Amino acid sequence: MGRKLLLANDHVPGIQSYAVYREKGGYASVEKALKTMTPEAVVEEVKKSGLRGRGGAGFPTGMKWSFLAKPEGVPRYLVCNADESEPGTFKDRYLMSRIPHYLIEGMITSSYALGANTSYIYVRGEYYYVIAILEKAIKEAYAAGWLGKNILGTGYDLDLYVQPGGGAYICGEETALLESLEGKRGNPRIKPPFPAIKGLYGCPTVVNNVETIAAVVPIVNEGGDEYAKIGIGRSTGTKLISASGHINKPGVYEIDLGVPVEEFIYSDQYCGGILNNKKLKAVVAGGSSVPILPANLILKTANGEDRLMTYESLSDGGFATGSMLGSGGFIVMDETTSIVKNLWNFARFYHHESCGQCSPCREGTGWMEKVLHKIVHGHGEMKDIDLLWDLQRRIEGNTICPLGDAAAWPVASAIRHFRHEFEEFVREGHSVKDVKHYFETNNISS
Amino acid sequence: MKVTIDGQTIEVPEGTTILQAARMLGPEVAPPTMCYYSKLETSGGYCRTCIVKVTKGSEKDPRPMPKPVASCRTMVMDGMEVQNNTSQDVLDARKGVVEFLLANHPLDCPVCDQAGECHLQDLSFEHGAEGTRFEFERRTFKKIDLGPYIQLHMTRCILCYRCVKVADQLTPHRYHGVMNRGDVSEISTYIEHAIDNEFSGNVIDVCPVGALTDKTFRFKSRVWFTKPMDAHRDCPTCSGRVTLWYKGDDVLRVTGRKDAFGEVDEFICNTCRFETKKTSDWVIDGPKVVDHKSVISANHYLGNNQVPSFAFEVTKDYKQVNDLPVQPGSTVNQLDK
Repeated sequence: MGRKLLLANDHVPGIQSYAVYREKGGYASVEKALKTMTPEAVVEEVKKSGLRGRGGAGFPTGMKWSFLAKPEGVPRYLVCNADESEPGTFKDRYLMSRIPHYLIEGMITSSYALGANTSYIYVRGEYYYVIAILEKAIKEAYAAGWLGKNILGTGYDLDLYVQPGGGAYICGEETALLESLEGKRGNPRIKPPFPAIKGLYGCPTVVNNVETIAAVVPIVNEGGDEYAKIGIGRSTGTKLISASGHINKPGVYEIDLGVPVEEFIYSDQYCGGILNNKKLKAVVAGGSSVPILPANLILKTANGEDRLMTYESLSDGGFATGSMLGSGGFIVMDETTSIVKNLWNFARFYHHESCGQCSPCREGTGWMEKVLHKIVHGHGEMKDIDLLWDLQRRIEGNTICPLGDAAAWPVASAIRHFRHEFEEFVREGHSVKDVKHYFETNNISS
Repeated sequence: MKVTIDGQTIEVPEGTTILQAARMLGPEVAPPTMCYYSKLETSGGYCRTCIVKVTKGSEKDPRPMPKPVASCRTMVMDGMEVQNNTSQDVLDARKGVVEFLLANHPLDCPVCDQAGECHLQDLSFEHGAEGTRFEFERRTFKKIDLGPYIQLHMTRCILCYRCVKVADQLTPHRYHGVMNRGDVSEISTYIEHAIDNEFSGNVIDVCPVGALTDKTFRFKSRVWFTKPMDAHRDCPTCSGRVTLWYKGDDVLRVTGRKDAFGEVDEFICNTCRFETKKTSDWVIDGPKVVDHKSVISANHYLGNNQVPSFAFEVTKDYKQVNDLPVQPGSTVNQLDK
């Protein structure tokens, strides 16, 4: 197993408290950054580290930070996106609830680098207990002088707030998050202008994922070059993977980017193989939005190379034979899984979470769910499969925010790689007509 | 700044959107719009019918844009090249958008007051498919009365947000919005609060479909049996410049004056719209110019409709074209003189 950066101390008893966290070397990055580095130097280290956004898109963080507009007399904001709602992703929750001070430390260092004097952590409403943990940790940090006025006597002020969300998936989209933070309906904004120019309250804003901000801590502590040594190529550093599904050891793993997918699934260090020694059928590698890949394509690329856990390797082959690292929600499905049933479940999710602002997503997600419902319940026709394909094609790329794409990709990939299963559902419609019975006998919860 | 749309180049000032540039080139080039309304700030971007393909980003950065863009919210860059009707991808995507818009639309045109001047009808006619592939129950809502003059029929709504923006931008308070999300979103009944306002009736004019209708006109007549006349009066609240819709000698309804893109020139007040329905209240300016493609049967050949070229084809056997009192390009009005 590679070394751990973010989760090095996650099993230390009492690490949630400030005293233990500090004892384990916590807040060293804040001391180092505020006392010995200029904000520009911190940004430079992050650039050197090659850190890429851990929320899903994988955009280089250093570049995002350098885009931040710095007009005179206008406040800048750092907003931490902790609205972790992607099905299959639960790494941020683990990090925040286990080591809340790690995120706070990252927030202070990052805010300093960006010149923000007010920062927010936007946490999804369902994580109410995480919010309590964070609030407590922030209180401790204030008491110890890491937040507030004149931190460490350097003259730098920072106020940090936790804002609970209302529980909408769409508020994980950065502009919808900002709308929600401003107290409005969580509808994504039309870009441009990008948040780096006009974000929260019309001021320049950086929105980063929890893990991204946490990763700033080891980067500042050990230097960007050191961090960049971990990983392969442009995928540097470590990544938290939320492994779930039919595996022996589900959970959150910190991996060095570049671990082969096969090793990740079968090694005892990580997932520990497929549950009950069944065969691997498919993997959704980066949260429900990314294309699903069948076993042969997730283990090897189309060229026969080993598939690695990196941004590049997982997307090798484009969407025809590849997928994405996304947010690292690694969902493993064994041979008993019904891809169609699973897809229906995903489609239900996107239908429920569409904000309804632009028409392709508003109408299309609902339509896809209805067609899938029909197929799953044994009333499908062959033309419905083509209809689904057509619908996803017309949603993808035609919407304001990426939710439309996120809803379209799973449908496209499921049909692309598992069309025969859809056809089977359609052909044998009558035998699965008693759906309740079918789901019970196949041990699928509906 | 130079921009080329469907092969036609035009010089536009900085900050112009692709849609505005296309409209300058004329209605044939302009993409259809359902949610954009030039008189309302921040409108547009929702319906996606105006999507176009940018094949060349700008002179500086000639890369094409990876996705189709909403022309109403995308600024023109110098040297930009855009494909609208000439791109099969755009037409296909637009067809998809129309299909989505119609998926939950009741298609009750035969009993809808908007029929004949409905933007969704025009859009479906030009870009829609022949039939629907949507075979599920369509969403329905109860009709809501927004005060004595306006009825909201959410079932027909395509959520263009125009009425929300009218109530937002013409009234002093933010009373309303959209409730729920996804395909069960609806214009909130809080909009009833906006009814107190003198300008609330404008939500009817901006509604591209029959979701917001004038209760003083409901079921009085099909629009194509009415004759529109431009008129004005001295109104203390608004400009008083309106269009009267006549049937016989009766004014059936009053609306704002709409341009070639279906947008009103000026917003009018509720007194003009709902309570001033006698010819004696108004000074008639003349017949309203109606596009010759419109189903509204009156006034097709007024104003700047050019003398059709076949007129010259017919006459040239008899006379030299140069001898004619009118020349190609002259207008019907000149022909009368």
